[in-house]
Amino acid sequence: MIVEKDETMPVRNAEDVVRVRREVRTHAIGAGFNLVDQTKIVTAASEIARNTVDYGGGGTLRLETVRLGARRGVRLTFADQGPGIADLKLALTDGYSTGPGLGLGLSGAKRLSNEFDVKSTPGEGTIVTLVRWK
Amino acid sequence: MEQIPILKIGDCLLVSIQVDMHDRLAMALQDDLTAKIVASRARGVMIDISALEVVDSFIGRMLNNIAAMSRVLDAVTVVVGMQPAVAITLVELGLALTGVRTALNVDKGLALIRRLIDGEEDELDRRKG
Repeated sequence: MIVEKDETMPVRNAEDVVRVRREVRTHAIGAGFNLVDQTKIVTAASEIARNTVDYGGGGTLRLETVRLGARRGVRLTFADQGPGIADLKLALTDGYSTGPGLGLGLSGAKRLSNEFDVKSTPGEGTIVTLVRWK
Repeated sequence: MEQIPILKIGDCLLVSIQVDMHDRLAMALQDDLTAKIVASRARGVMIDISALEVVDSFIGRMLNNIAAMSRVLDAVTVVVGMQPAVAITLVELGLALTGVRTALNVDKGLALIRRLIDGEEDELDRRKG
């Protein structure tokens, strides 16, 4: 996989979540995504960015435009040093939330992505990686 | 302080969301609208989201909440102008805006609100009658 563009940005507060949406949109347009695919990856990013702020205590987003053969995609890696997720399987269940939300963040973002991975260590933090291909 | 303007037209309130809202702004709009429904005795609320390029679960929940609160306050809510890409994404996200009435544009939205309000009044007249 070739990385064509690689950036890192902070995800600390509600304003950063808006910036994440904007920057992910720019990468998706750069990778040649149509409007529906742009909207899907931006929405997925918004869900995970909010989790990073609300549950992870803030963190970072690494945004990459990648290419695999003729296919281009956008890879997003959200990392925080928060409390981590105790039960990953439960956290990925539709409607499950430990907060005031609808419990669609992780599961919804997974459905909106082509590749989705969560690594979490209680007490150390969480890394969510998602990829959407053109 | 940023704020989403709420316009009053007759017995309806009109909100047109033109900016990418952060979560606090969305919550503030929810609170402002609820207060304004009571203060203005509005019977209908129309929310134009045609300029919104993303509706995630937070914004979706806000729309659901506004519809539910206005119902309790005897007003109907109609969301208008959702972009097709947003609608497709919302469904895949798993968010069915079950409590929210929608219309394609502002014209159709106003007509729907009028029908809903008049329909309720007809129903009341019949019961009295």
